[in-house]
Parts: sequence; C-alpha cells; structure tokens
Amino acid sequence: MSVREPLIHPTKPGPVGFQSAQEQRQLRWKRWSRNNGASIMMSLPAILLIFVFAYLPMFGIIIAFKEYRFDKGIFGSDWIGLTNFKFLFGSDVAWRITRNTLMMNMLFIVTGTITNILVALLMNEVQGKLRAKFYQTFMFLPHFLSWVVVGYFAFAFLSVDNGMLNKVLALFGVDSIAWYREPDYWPVILIVVTLWKGIGYGSIFYLAIMLSISPELYEAAKMDGAGKLQQIWYITFPHLVPVIIILTLFAVSGIFRADFGLFFNVTRDQATLYPTTDVIDTFVYRALRQMNDLGMSAAAGVYQSIVGFFLVLSANWLVRRFDPDKALF
Amino acid sequence: MTTNTARKTDPIIYSDTRYKIMGIIGRIILNVVLTLISVACLLPFIVVLAASVSSEKALVTVGYSVVPMDFSLSAYRYLLVDSAQVFQSYLISLVVTGIGSPVGLLVMALVAYAMSRKQFKYRKAVAFYIFFTMLFSGGLVPSYILVTQILKLKDTITVLIVPYLAVGGWILILRTYFRDLPEELLDAARIDGCGEWRTFFTIVIPLSTPGLATIGLFAMLAYWNDWFTPLLYIEKPLYYPIQYLLYTVVNNMQFLDVLSQQAGLRVDPPRIPARMAMVALSVGPILLAYPFVQRYFVRGIRLGSLKE
Repeated sequence: MSVREPLIHPTKPGPVGFQSAQEQRQLRWKRWSRNNGASIMMSLPAILLIFVFAYLPMFGIIIAFKEYRFDKGIFGSDWIGLTNFKFLFGSDVAWRITRNTLMMNMLFIVTGTITNILVALLMNEVQGKLRAKFYQTFMFLPHFLSWVVVGYFAFAFLSVDNGMLNKVLALFGVDSIAWYREPDYWPVILIVVTLWKGIGYGSIFYLAIMLSISPELYEAAKMDGAGKLQQIWYITFPHLVPVIIILTLFAVSGIFRADFGLFFNVTRDQATLYPTTDVIDTFVYRALRQMNDLGMSAAAGVYQSIVGFFLVLSANWLVRRFDPDKALF
Repeated sequence: MTTNTARKTDPIIYSDTRYKIMGIIGRIILNVVLTLISVACLLPFIVVLAASVSSEKALVTVGYSVVPMDFSLSAYRYLLVDSAQVFQSYLISLVVTGIGSPVGLLVMALVAYAMSRKQFKYRKAVAFYIFFTMLFSGGLVPSYILVTQILKLKDTITVLIVPYLAVGGWILILRTYFRDLPEELLDAARIDGCGEWRTFFTIVIPLSTPGLATIGLFAMLAYWNDWFTPLLYIEKPLYYPIQYLLYTVVNNMQFLDVLSQQAGLRVDPPRIPARMAMVALSVGPILLAYPFVQRYFVRGIRLGSLKE
C-alpha cells in the first residue's frame, strides 16, 4: 500500500459547510472517540494502578514534615516543619549512610564497568557458538537468584565455624576470621558478590556493541600488523566509549539508591557491620520497622528521593549534551 | 559468539607461525579464564546442593564442601513430608506468580499498545505519566502507610500481587516492541473495520509473542523472587511465600523447630541441611526453566537498552 488511506472516514461525504453545527460536533466526537476511546480504556488499568501505588505515595512526602501518629492519620497529625530532618542530620547516621551509599555505589560502578568490559572482550574472542553459549549460560545464572538465596550462598562461604573461606584460609595456616563481625572486609565482600551476580547481565551490553563492529576493521588492522591488544585498544575500545559514558552516567544517576537486598541479606543485617554497610535504604527500613521512628525514616526517604531526582536530571542533561539520541527525556 | 571465518582462512595471517602460536596460547588462556568464571558462578549452587544432602553432623564438624558428606535425604523428607509450612509457602508463591504474571502482562501490554499508536492523542502524556514514576518516588514510609493504614492490605494475597502489575520500565520496553510491528498490517485491519480491542487481541498479541514472553518472564521472576513485599506486609505464616520463608529461616533458627512442634513431629530437624534444602527447593523452578527462557532475557535486556 503506497498511499495510506485516511483512517477516519467521515460518515457523510461532501464539504463541511453542508453540515449543521450539531452534525459537525457529532463528527468531531466520533473521530475523537475512534482515535482515542479504545486507547484510553486500554490505558486505564495501568494508569489507576500507578496512580494508587506510585503517585499517592508521592503526596505522602508531607509525612516527613509531620509528627505522624497512626491514630491521627496523615491529615490529622501535627505539622512539625523540619524537625525530623534536624534530628536526622543532627545524628552521625546521616553522614554514615550517605557516605556508605555513595562510596559503595561508586566502587560498584568502577569495578563493574571494568569487569564487564573485560568479560565481554573475552567472550567476543571465543570461537564457536556453542562454547560461547555455554559460558554465557553459566555467567547469567546468578542474575536470576533472589538476594535471600545469595545471602545463603555467601553464608556458606563466610560462616565462621564451617564456612568454606575459613577452611581454605586454614590450609594456608591463617586463623579463622569472624567475617560477620569485621566491617573492614565488607566493601570488598560486597563488591565480589555484586560482580558475581551481575557479570553475565552487565557484559551483554558491551558484547552487543562488539558484535556489531565490522570485521573488516580488524582485517585491515591485521594487515597492517596490529596485534590483538592493539586491535582492542584502537578498534574495539573507541567503539565502546560512547556506551561506557552513557551507562556510567545512568549508573551515576542512581548513585543515591542502594540495592536494599544486597546490603540487607548478604550482611545478614548484622549491626556490627553497619559502619561500612549501612546505607540509606537499609536505614529507612530499619527506622520504620525496627526503631519505629517513622519521622526519621520518612525524612531519610525524602532526602534520598529529592537528591536522587536531581542526580537523574543532571545525568540526563549530561547525556543529552553528549548524545541527544540517548537521553531519557 | 559469531566467529569470523575470514580470519581463519586468510593466508597472509595464518602463514605467519608467530601469529599461529600466539593465537593458540591466547585461546587456551581465554578458555581457561572463562571456564574459571563459569565455575565461580556455579560453585555456590554446588556447595548448597551438597550441603542439603549432607548430614547435620558432618556439616558441623567438617564444614561446607563441594561434595555431599554422609549422604542423607532427611532434610528434604523433613521439609516436604513433615513440615506443612514449606508446602503452604510453595503454594502461595505459585498462586502469586500464576495470577500476577498473566494479569500484569495484560495490564502492561494494553497500555503499551495504546502508547504505541500514533493516532492516540494522549500517548505522550501517558508515557510521561509512567516515566515520571521511574524518576521520582514517594519513598517507603508513605507506601507503607498507604498499604497498611488506608488500603488495609496487610496479610493479604493482593498485596503480594499488586506491586508488579504495572512496572514502568517493562511498559516502556513493551511499547518499543509494539512500535516495531508493521504498521501497514494494523492499518489494514482498521480499514477492514477491526476495532482496537480486536486488533490488539487477534493481531498484536500473536505477532508479539517474543516481546510478551520476555516481559512475562521478567514478571514471573520478580514474583517468584519477591521477599521484600512480604517482609513489609506479611506477618501470618499462612501467607509466607517461599522466598520469605527462606528469609525467616535465616534469621530465626527456631522457626523450623516451631513448625515441627506444631506438626507434633520430630523435635530436632537437621537444621543446616534443611535450610540448604530450602534454598535448593526455592531455586529449583528457576533452574528448571532457565535453559528454555534464557534467550528471552538476553533479548529483553538488549531491547531495554535501546532508546524509547
């Protein structure tokens, strides 16, 4: 079909002038409902669900500025201005959770990007489709597990008395380490766990780019006597740079949000580890459910939402400057 | 992945023995490294599986290992026969996943299709409405108060199903998918008098099975692996999904004992093996389905990484 037919056929042919105002209105309404009626109905369930479970809580931000009491409800509770925030930022905890969230996320971004690119480079060199598929299948597997299960896995390795890691250390004559009582080791442990879980997932993006690079470029480089490393540095890497920049920017936009499951389950929520593992998300949960300090929890949540929002906006602004097509909005 | 046959046959390159030897050494190193990474990804599964069929005593004295010690299936017998809770939790997980994924998929596909239609005047407004929820959220406390105080959904199946019925990111992926459908076909159907609903169910859905399968699987995995929703909103063991039961047992050594006393059965269950057997049982369905569904996930991730 070379010329697309008009989607809406007027019920009455002929110039508009011959129709009465009422007929015109009817026609316009008919056209509008033909184009939009079904679509609105189709959108409604999702719109309603999102309204209740995403938009209503946004209005709930006012709770952070109130002394919330369950018996008085949201509107009945008294306004207390910034008192919740003063308590939050007056304590050491605000600094600790901010620092841990930012630092751990930055470490995850750097180590994750490097590892994922390295693995993608290796995968790209694998000869044979079956073998590549084999590796990918295993590497992708951890991505499918819940953090609860990963927490169990970690425990099998880190348990003081019968964990595998202490057994291995014993072979080298190193004394057992009570991993769940030593906060200093945890940044490394959490990085290893994160890399392990994300390796298959994270390398796919880079591998997809590598597979799209024309083989002729490599042929030409080989003719000129370029070795494998030179080919990677001068051909593969420049192709990856845009993706690296964009993925990193988006990762940075989420730097104020920690993966609750990781920090909560893998550390088994051990208080002794909080100096290095307590992040905003775990604190918000703890303040709400364990400390029953609703105001503090709400204040920390609002702090996270607002800083997070501005991070996304600025990251998107940067992406837009760099490559307008890749910007989210 | 795709091998380049030209590279192999090129006489200029492969006549050079230096290249040949370096190539072979390189490939060996490459495969060794990748095998090591693959083993590392698989190792915890093996350790947990081995522990689940070992005896409690061996685990306490010898510790975790990659091979079963003092082989015994008593942990599985305890969980599957003696404990009613594991069965109950499995059932809850199955019901939640079984209802949530198809309903959610329908809700999300409908709105995504509407948004993909150029004739729909408000498609951009709807897209922004959905997209904004990915940028900004009210946080945990307002959601918690909404669900527990206003909607009164605490300790219900509904609260376990609702969170993934309309997920912004998945809707946007589906929209991308529907946009790529041949427009001529949809227009032809409309001209033939096929309404939007019929077009959706008889043309769009059959043509989009790969995309729907991807998001459907995302949803199934999210429901099956969900432990966070029950952590917040479920207190009655009757409604514990399997992942939350697993979480409870980590933190509460005695939980299994309580169960066995309730059942009026054994007093000392094999604690460590029983926990590990529960991990194995909770991961089981994922592992079984994994080989068949993996490609959809890979595709879905690529789709999701595309713009709009």
